[in-house]
Amino acid sequence: MHMADAPYDFPDARGHFGPYGGVFVAETLIPALTELRQAYEAALADPAFAAEFNYELKHYVGRPSPIYHAKRWSELLGGAQIYLKREDLNHTGAHKVNNCIGQAMLARRMGKPRVIAETGAGQHGVATATVAARYGMECVVYMGSEDVRRQAANVYRMKLLGATVVPVESGSRTLKDALNEAMRDWVTHIGNTFYIIGTVAGPHPYPMMVRDFQAIIGQECIEQMPEMVGRQPDYVIACVGGGSNAMGIFHPYIEHKDVRLIGVEAAGSGIETGMHAASLSAGRPGVLHGNRTYLLQNEDGQIIETHSISAGLDYPGVGPEHAWLKDIQRAEYVGITDAEALQAFHNLCRFEGIIPALESSHALAYAAKLAPTLPKDKVLLVNLSGRGDKDMHTVAEKSGIQF
Amino acid sequence: MSRIQQTFTRLAGEGRKALIPFITAGDPNPEMTLPLMQALVAGGADIIELGVPFSDPMADGPTIQRASERALAAGMSMRRVLDIVRSFRATGDQTPVVLMGYANPIEAMGVEPFVKATAEAGADGVLVVDYPPEECRGFAESCRAGGLDPIFLLAPTSTEKRFEDVAAVGGGYIYYVSLKGVTGSATLDLDEVARRIPAIREKVGMPVGVGFGIRDGATAAKIAALADAVVIGSRIIEEIESSAPGEAPSRVTAFLRGVREAMDAAGGAR
Repeated sequence: MHMADAPYDFPDARGHFGPYGGVFVAETLIPALTELRQAYEAALADPAFAAEFNYELKHYVGRPSPIYHAKRWSELLGGAQIYLKREDLNHTGAHKVNNCIGQAMLARRMGKPRVIAETGAGQHGVATATVAARYGMECVVYMGSEDVRRQAANVYRMKLLGATVVPVESGSRTLKDALNEAMRDWVTHIGNTFYIIGTVAGPHPYPMMVRDFQAIIGQECIEQMPEMVGRQPDYVIACVGGGSNAMGIFHPYIEHKDVRLIGVEAAGSGIETGMHAASLSAGRPGVLHGNRTYLLQNEDGQIIETHSISAGLDYPGVGPEHAWLKDIQRAEYVGITDAEALQAFHNLCRFEGIIPALESSHALAYAAKLAPTLPKDKVLLVNLSGRGDKDMHTVAEKSGIQF
Repeated sequence: MSRIQQTFTRLAGEGRKALIPFITAGDPNPEMTLPLMQALVAGGADIIELGVPFSDPMADGPTIQRASERALAAGMSMRRVLDIVRSFRATGDQTPVVLMGYANPIEAMGVEPFVKATAEAGADGVLVVDYPPEECRGFAESCRAGGLDPIFLLAPTSTEKRFEDVAAVGGGYIYYVSLKGVTGSATLDLDEVARRIPAIREKVGMPVGVGFGIRDGATAAKIAALADAVVIGSRIIEEIESSAPGEAPSRVTAFLRGVREAMDAAGGAR
């Protein structure tokens, strides 16, 4: 299937990106989603909402985030020039906060004093707890007990910020189970609670809304790149777990048809080993967590456990808009293994003095593979979606070091 | 007239309300499911809701999630669920069976093959928790064409517009979720049920069953006075969970019989 010349205008009114997306939830959640959709539409129509959002992004998050030319690393790789969109410099250390501010503002407009969130590595939980503290809201974060164990520092951060962290013991005790539990909390406390979903997944309007809040990343790039190199990049590269940082940087570039969009999934120990989290590369369409998208599942339609060195990419689904961009061939999706991501992590530390998140290291690793195959005047823009402070323990452990 | 409709018609003639227990197929193991279904019938079940286990049962509470996990760990699959339904029918039992579960195992099999296999196995209805009416017109049509009643949920939060949406695609009966929350939750608002049921019945023109939060005969009797059917799930799973191996069927029968008697006494059965 190829894109028609018609402008890209997705999702449709009912939240569909072609066959993907939609509202696949139990009846109990339908009215809450309808209320949310109406509140979001009203907010979009209100210039005061956009003004407040932009003010918060500038003064609280520190936007716009700069673009940095990784000149030394590019020279060492000997090919295309690599530029980094520095989302790692945001307050809280990743792109996640952009979306949390937008949704928390919406929660306030809707008169909901309590926010809940799911988290894997803890980054979205920390961003939600941060924003909840900023606005004086009660905050409950659901986190798989396995992740609570692996990410003790982030659990403590959330508690410092006043949030309650609830360990989830069901299923595989990771991100997908935390999401299930957050949905259950929401359906039980629908009157006073706003569910801040951290990625471009879930039922409509979440994939669209989270994309819109994260699109600030790509919108800034579209202004910044011409200032830096006199034109738009040849490639935009971002890691994809649920896919919010990738959607944020891709979306404003969709109509720039000369720009190739590349999403990098976690190939874990290698796609062929089955130990990975590459839903788009190795999954099949199905229904999970409120939307239809590519899923890692067995023959019977049961969701299978995923494997990645990066907890933030360790999710068996992917945002439905990525599924659509793959099918219409507007974006390409590739895999990077744990080992390749670790190598890129170390290289960025040593050659540029930047410690990247393991998630972002997947995008960096693909850029490092691609750059040497291209002439020196080609431009790769990589979304450096978060900083790697949270990953110290994981990386040290891989190197056989204990603190 | 479908077997589900026949059941409601017969019960209405007798002045009784339907008792609809739920168990998860394959919990605690696939071999136990047929004896448990027979135990439900012996305890007074009019329709059986048979859960198809799913790895991510978002709309269920911890009790039914545990049942799903046990069933999947014991090797349960959609095809084995259908085998169990087939063997239940092979015993000559005509109690209607409704498969209840989530969309993904159905889509993994393919909607048309699923409908065909399910109807052939002898099931009567399908309730897919995460298929609201707006996402499954095609599925509901396939079900009806294949002789299965597509059963839908309504909730305390549902608007009257939703009643119409559900009436347009649904069949068999309406499953009214009597509280905000997940299966197995503790509290139930009887006033809410009393207020909503007449309006739903009028708008959808189908019998209305009430479930979520019904844990004993006394509550079931109160619900039976208001609605056409009482659905009990988590409480039965708990009975199975706490039974010694082999004792689950007799305990389930005893529990259900108590509920049945309370319902019939309150309903003024002959």
